[in-house]
Amino acid sequence: MHYLEFVKPIEDILFKNKIKFFTKGYKEVQQKDLDNCEKLIICGTSLKDNIFIEDAKTRFSWIKVFDKPILGICGGMQIIGKVYGANVGQKTEIGFFKEIFDKEFLGMKGEEEVYHLHNSFVYLPMHFENYGVSEIVQAMKHKEKEIYGVLFHPEVRQKVIIENFSLL
Amino acid sequence: MRLGVLFSGGKDSTYAAWLAKKMGYSIECLIAIYSDNKESYMFHTPGIELVEEQAFLMNIPLVRQETKGLKEEELKDLESAIKKAIKKHAIDGIVTGAVASVYQASRIQNICNRLHIECFNPLWQKNQIELLEELIKNKFEAILSGVFAYPFDAKWVGRKIDSKFIEKIKELQTKYKINPAGEGGEFESLVVSCPLFKKKLDVKISDVRGEGNAWRAIFE
Repeated sequence: MHYLEFVKPIEDILFKNKIKFFTKGYKEVQQKDLDNCEKLIICGTSLKDNIFIEDAKTRFSWIKVFDKPILGICGGMQIIGKVYGANVGQKTEIGFFKEIFDKEFLGMKGEEEVYHLHNSFVYLPMHFENYGVSEIVQAMKHKEKEIYGVLFHPEVRQKVIIENFSLL
Repeated sequence: MRLGVLFSGGKDSTYAAWLAKKMGYSIECLIAIYSDNKESYMFHTPGIELVEEQAFLMNIPLVRQETKGLKEEELKDLESAIKKAIKKHAIDGIVTGAVASVYQASRIQNICNRLHIECFNPLWQKNQIELLEELIKNKFEAILSGVFAYPFDAKWVGRKIDSKFIEKIKELQTKYKINPAGEGGEFESLVVSCPLFKKKLDVKISDVRGEGNAWRAIFE
């Protein structure tokens, strides 16, 4: 049922913007899926569903050689961070929080009320830039590649991020 | 996984329960909060006296919890209800009908997180018109048990949620920016028939009470 809560809202945004997509569970992703897509979104999941992070570094090692745009949301951002060698820290934040983004991030800038649903976060990996001002990285991008990560859930109040990413 | 449904008897929580069952989860109990406060931010009270009958029609045990409905105290009452359900029915997750309310959803997420159980919100961020259409398609019959916002009046109470209703609500959405699924508290609903019920809920509205744009059904 995590699909309905964390994936379907993102599919709805893509559908509304007439963007073609296909969806795969992370355990089912194959090389041909990676070859067949132009961009990739790694969606988040529930607080209790957190085993994916344990073997993220090996299971998702393909992220490093995938040369197309990626957007990681919450758990998806933590996966990207881990693959790039960063550690995961513990902090529980649930609900609306005000965050400040001092650099424009996929069309979002300034103070934003974002929806948090996480018990953990990832430290800023090497080669990545922090787009926000808070100590815990809220939005990051690889300095050379189009790899984006957000800790909050943009499908709740910042749909523009997903739209802009899909239009890159 | 054994799940408990946070249940108000309205369209959202009943539809969420049906979705969970359809996906193969076992619904072990319904959890209903009876609030004394009709203005509660968390719990939707109209028609809750019928929840026992709905639970019977679904053949699912009901965990009841009363609350005075004071702002943060009602959360403690919700937490005790969920604890009761964990103890009595060995559930390891909760299903809610939350669609857009971060206020409700984040408070329930917090409680589940503390109690180390799953929290499923299968209607989260769902397009409101699509939700109403799916209800009809899947043979859910619901009526408005209360209305609480302009431009609704007493005449709306008892009205069936059907395709004519959806057309009307689309108009009101454009005109008055009301939330078409009523989750902003514009209206409350009561499910009288659905695939989970073994027969139709026998319900009659004996009176409609209220004033201005706030009216609720009194059931026999």
